[in-house]
Amino acid sequence: MVEDTPALEARDLRKVYRRGSEEIVAVDGISLRVARGEFISFIGPSGSGKSTLINLLGCLDNATSGSLRVGGEEVLRGGRGLSEAALTRIRRRVFGYVFQRFYLVPTLTLYENIVMPFAFFRKPGAAADPMPIIRFLGLEKRLRHRPGELSGGEMQRVAIARALVNKPEILLADEPTGNLDSRHGEEIGDIFKTLNEKEGMTVLLVTHNPRMAARARRTITLLDGRMA
Amino acid sequence: MKKLSLYQIAAKNLLRKRTRSVLTVVGIGLSAWVLASLLGFNRGYDAALKKDIDNMGFQVLLTAKGCPYEAATLMLKGGTGLRYMSESVIDDILLQREVDSVTPMLMQAVFDPDRGDSGAIDAYLGIDPATFPGMKSFLKFKQGGWFTDPAARVAVLGYEAAELEQREVGDKMLIPDKNIELTVVGILERSGTQDDGTIFVPIRMLQKEFGQQGKLTAVGIKVDRKADTAALENRLYDLPDVQVVSMAQVKNTIMSLVATAKVMVLSIAVIAILIAMVGVINTILMSVFERFQEIGIMKSMGAMPKDVFRMIWTETIILCLLGGALGLALAFGLAQVTDLLIRRLLPYTPTGRLILIDVPLMVTTFAVVLGIGLVSGMYPAWRAARVRPLESIRSEGD
Ligand SMILES: Nc1ncnc2c1ncn2[C@@H]1O[C@H](COP(=O)(O)OP(=O)(O)OP(=O)(O)O)[C@@H](O)[C@H]1O
Ligand SMILES: [Mg+2]
Repeated sequence: MVEDTPALEARDLRKVYRRGSEEIVAVDGISLRVARGEFISFIGPSGSGKSTLINLLGCLDNATSGSLRVGGEEVLRGGRGLSEAALTRIRRRVFGYVFQRFYLVPTLTLYENIVMPFAFFRKPGAAADPMPIIRFLGLEKRLRHRPGELSGGEMQRVAIARALVNKPEILLADEPTGNLDSRHGEEIGDIFKTLNEKEGMTVLLVTHNPRMAARARRTITLLDGRMA
Repeated sequence: MKKLSLYQIAAKNLLRKRTRSVLTVVGIGLSAWVLASLLGFNRGYDAALKKDIDNMGFQVLLTAKGCPYEAATLMLKGGTGLRYMSESVIDDILLQREVDSVTPMLMQAVFDPDRGDSGAIDAYLGIDPATFPGMKSFLKFKQGGWFTDPAARVAVLGYEAAELEQREVGDKMLIPDKNIELTVVGILERSGTQDDGTIFVPIRMLQKEFGQQGKLTAVGIKVDRKADTAALENRLYDLPDVQVVSMAQVKNTIMSLVATAKVMVLSIAVIAILIAMVGVINTILMSVFERFQEIGIMKSMGAMPKDVFRMIWTETIILCLLGGALGLALAFGLAQVTDLLIRRLLPYTPTGRLILIDVPLMVTTFAVVLGIGLVSGMYPAWRAARVRPLESIRSEGD
């Protein structure tokens, strides 16, 4: 029964931005069902609404209208969303986020950056020891370093480790390789694939790179805020 | 491996812009210094003044009506304004039951044409060796000691009186005009009071040589510890031809003079605190703005508004407490300098330590500084707590 509940279920999501009198429909009525353990990539031209959509799905933003269920729990219905605190509770239980930029704290060591989520929240069932994750990402030799001393690929791996310590059900990645060269990009792509295949993690990946997108089992192309 | 707490994140963040953090701490430190010195001054000055007044030896001074009792007035009037009362007044005073002991005094002023460029007034204070030294037991001798014969031609010099003429015990000195030779038998240490400039001589001798037998210019009265000084003063007013100078009144007069200065220093402290607060708010707010993205990411990782609020508040409080510690260290280390500064500013300063920094004062200073931190951290912390996770990601393109 629980296994049947989809990880995410969006119906007729719309997001409208107002810039003065001008209205920009960034996401224009998207309905989407994401099963548990799926790996979906989102592609499409710049401005097609990929980031907006993934932010709505990840509860980082409220849609203008539509409804959204996360793991069976109603987050949004008829455009009316939950409070910020309630959204935070869902976010920290369900999602891990990786962005194009790494947003590491420069004053903290690499290890401290990785365990920082625990300063705010420790999910029951999350591994007490972050070392397996750190080893999986090949970061164990650099734990005392600070972000400024790392390469871009290493920094992105730190950001991924940070997203993973609370054992999220869904990993959201918005152009995670956008700032990396192709070799490091490939590495990150492999990491997502392994997480999906070995750990059964649901992965939603926004990318411009067709080789990255090819790693997913399903690819959704967006055009002007709609699924093409 | 070790855990990471919210407070550690806050503390480490202050290292990000070291110079800025240090400058802010210095700003708070300076205002805490002003505050601690002010509070220390309030305590120290009152205590020192009380000690000085107690050191007068007597609580009530009786002078002849119209008689100037301050050395300064005496000098201005050139000693001509002296008025006298009869020695018999002592018997009247001793009848009062509040009186512990009484000492008669005769002041004589003589113009000395050889002193300084254009001459100066020498003040001779005739005292009774049987009662005066007992009342002024705090006076310490640098050389020699008190005379015992009330009629001998001897003198005890105050510190400055001796210094001025480079006198030693055993030296002979002449009273100008009178052709009387006095032998110096004692020299006092510096007391910081009028006594420093005084030449003490036996009262009988002074009365005789100046033709003032049976006359006094002042009587010092030591009141019983437990007695009601005010009641005694009221009855002394009834004595004919005398003027009652109450040391309690003198103290009040000085205190009210100094109160003005205290208010001034207090406003400086308040201004310093306000400036420090603005500095703290500015520093923390800037660091919040710089970290919008980081804070947004923290919120996407599950930080609640109250977590972020607490983190930023902690940063503010750390800055303020460090500043408080610095301020107290400054107040301690520079107490002597501050002391000198205040002595230059105030019309009258007692001799003891003017600035008293003790544990309650340190606690108070820290409490105020903590208050500054709590108040000035509130707005930046609130701003940070309101950051929405998406703001960080949206500004990606910038
Ligand atoms: N905060 C905002 N205010 C106004 N318009 C916005 C805002 N965020 C996005 N948009 C607009 O919404 C549309 C979709 O933007 P979105 O960032 O989702 O595109 P994208 O597919 O992620 O593009 P890219 O590949 O360049 O990242 C764009 O036209 C964009 O200008
Ligand atoms: Mg985008």
